[in-house]
Amino acid sequence: MKSLALHLSVLAVLCALQFVLPSYHVTNVARIMVLAVFAMGYNIAFGYTGLLSLGHALFFAAGIYGAGLPVHLLEWTSGPAFLTGLVAGGVAAALVGLLALRTAGVSFMIVTLMFAQAGYLSILYFGRWTGGDEGFPMGAVGRQVLGYDLSGETPRYLTALGLFAVALVVNLVLVRSKLGRVMVAMRENEDRARMLGYDPFRVKLAALAISGLYAGAAGAGYAMLFGYVGATFGGIQYSILPMLYVLVGGAGTVLGPLIGAAGMFYLIEAASEVTEAYLMLVGVILIVGVVFAPKGLLGALRKVWPWLP
Amino acid sequence: MAAMILRAQGLTRHFGGLRAVDGVDFDLQQGEIHALIGPNGAGKTTLVGLLAGRIVPQAGSIRLADRDITALPAHRRVQAGIAYTFQITSVFPRLSVFDNVALAVANLRDVPAALERVGLRALADQEAATLSYGHQRLLELAMGLALRPKVLILDEPTQGLAAGEIAGFMALVRGLVPETSVLLIEHNMDVVMGLADRITVLNFGTVLARGSPAEIRADATVQAAYLGTGNAAA
Repeated sequence: MKSLALHLSVLAVLCALQFVLPSYHVTNVARIMVLAVFAMGYNIAFGYTGLLSLGHALFFAAGIYGAGLPVHLLEWTSGPAFLTGLVAGGVAAALVGLLALRTAGVSFMIVTLMFAQAGYLSILYFGRWTGGDEGFPMGAVGRQVLGYDLSGETPRYLTALGLFAVALVVNLVLVRSKLGRVMVAMRENEDRARMLGYDPFRVKLAALAISGLYAGAAGAGYAMLFGYVGATFGGIQYSILPMLYVLVGGAGTVLGPLIGAAGMFYLIEAASEVTEAYLMLVGVILIVGVVFAPKGLLGALRKVWPWLP
Repeated sequence: MAAMILRAQGLTRHFGGLRAVDGVDFDLQQGEIHALIGPNGAGKTTLVGLLAGRIVPQAGSIRLADRDITALPAHRRVQAGIAYTFQITSVFPRLSVFDNVALAVANLRDVPAALERVGLRALADQEAATLSYGHQRLLELAMGLALRPKVLILDEPTQGLAAGEIAGFMALVRGLVPETSVLLIEHNMDVVMGLADRITVLNFGTVLARGSPAEIRADATVQAAYLGTGNAAA
C-alpha cells in the first residue's frame, strides 16, 4: 500500500511539474523521464539480475532508428514506428544475449561493449540510409499522436509522462512477479537458483530482452519527442549514462533510475556550463559512487524504509 | 525388492590425474535412506555432483525411475525430481527466509508449511544472512524439501549443527521416507548408523563396500580404510 501510494504520488508530482516549471525545464523533465525509462530498463538487467552490460547504447539506438528509419524512408506514422522501435530494442538485446550470456562478469561487459561498438560503426557505415554522423530530423508524420503534434510542449510532456508511467507500472509488476524474484535470485546466488530448477541462461536472456524492450521504447520515444535521429545515441556514452543513473539513484530499486537520471541530468548540465570536460565529472561520480555509495540514494533510503520496491 | 528410483552405472569423472569417481555403480531404492561415507577426498561430493548434474560425467549413465537423465542439465534434473542441498551452506543471504523458500515452491501458500517443517516459521521475515549457521542449514533443507523431490541429496547436512539440532534433524529426515528417497553424505557416524537403511563406502573414487549398517560396521576392509579401530560407530 505504502509503495503504491508512493509511486502514484511520484506520478502526480511529475504531472503537476509542467504547470509550475518554466518552459525550459518542462522540456528537460520530459527528456529526463524518457531517459529514466532507458535507465529503468538498464536496471532490470543490472540492478535486479546482476548483468553488467556496456552495450545498452545499441538497444537504445535500435529503438531510435527502429522508429526513425521507417518514418524517414517509408513515411510510416507514429504508432507503427514506435512499435518497431520497441521491438527492435528487444530483438537486439535478445540476439546479443544469445551470444553474450555464454560469458559472465568482465567478459560479458566486453562482449556487450563490442556488439554496441559494432552497431555504432554500422550506423556510420550505412550513412546513406542512417544519415551517418549527422543523422536526420524525425519526419513530422512520425511526430503526430492522436492528432497532437509532439513538438508542442504539452503533448510532448504528457507523452513522456505516459511512457514513463507505463514503464513504471510494468517494472513494479515485474519485480513482484515470479520472474522478478528469480531474476534477483540469479543476481544473489546463481548456483543455488540453478539447483532450485531455474535455467540461468533463460532467466538472464528474458531479463536482457525486457531490458532491451525498455531501451527500445525509450529510444523510439526520444526520437519522436525530440525529433532527432543520430549516431551519437549509439555511442559508448549512451551505454555509460544509464549505468550512471542507476548507480546514483540506486540499483535494484524501482524509482532509483528516475532519481539518478534527474540528478545527473542537471549536474552534467551545470558542469558543462563551467567546463567542456564534463565527462570527467561523470567519471569521478562513477568512481566515487561505486566506492563509497554502491547502493545509491534509494539503496541507502531502503535501510530506513525496507518496504521500498 | 523395492523399485529403483535412481540408478547410476559406470560413472566416471577424473580431474587431471585424480580419479575422483572411477566407474562407480550406485542405486537408490524407492523410500530408502542411503548413506554415502568415506574418507576425505574419497569422491563423495563429486559422485553426488554427478547425480545432481552439477558435474558432467566422462562416462556412465544415470536413470531416474525409467528415464535416462545423463544428458540433462542440473536445473532440468531438479525439475525432474532431484533436489540437492549444498555442503557449504548456500542460501540467498540478502533475501528474507520467506523469500528464500518462496523461490523453491510452486505456490506461495506452501511457504509457511515448508518453514514449519524445519521449525523456522517464526524467523520468516528475517534476512537469511543474519541467521545462525544451524538455522541457515535448516533453511537450506527447507528449500530442498519445498521442491517436493523424489530424491533428496543431502551433502553433510549436520555439519556445524548442535547436538540438540541433530536429533531434530534425524527425526525430520525419518519423516521424509518413503515418499522421498534420501541420499545422505555424512561424517557423523551416529547419524549414519541411526538413519541409514543402506550404506555405500567410497574410497579413492571406487566403491569399497555396500550393505546394511551392521554389515558395514563388521566389514574388515572398511574398518581398515576408514573407521580405523571400528569403534567410531559405537
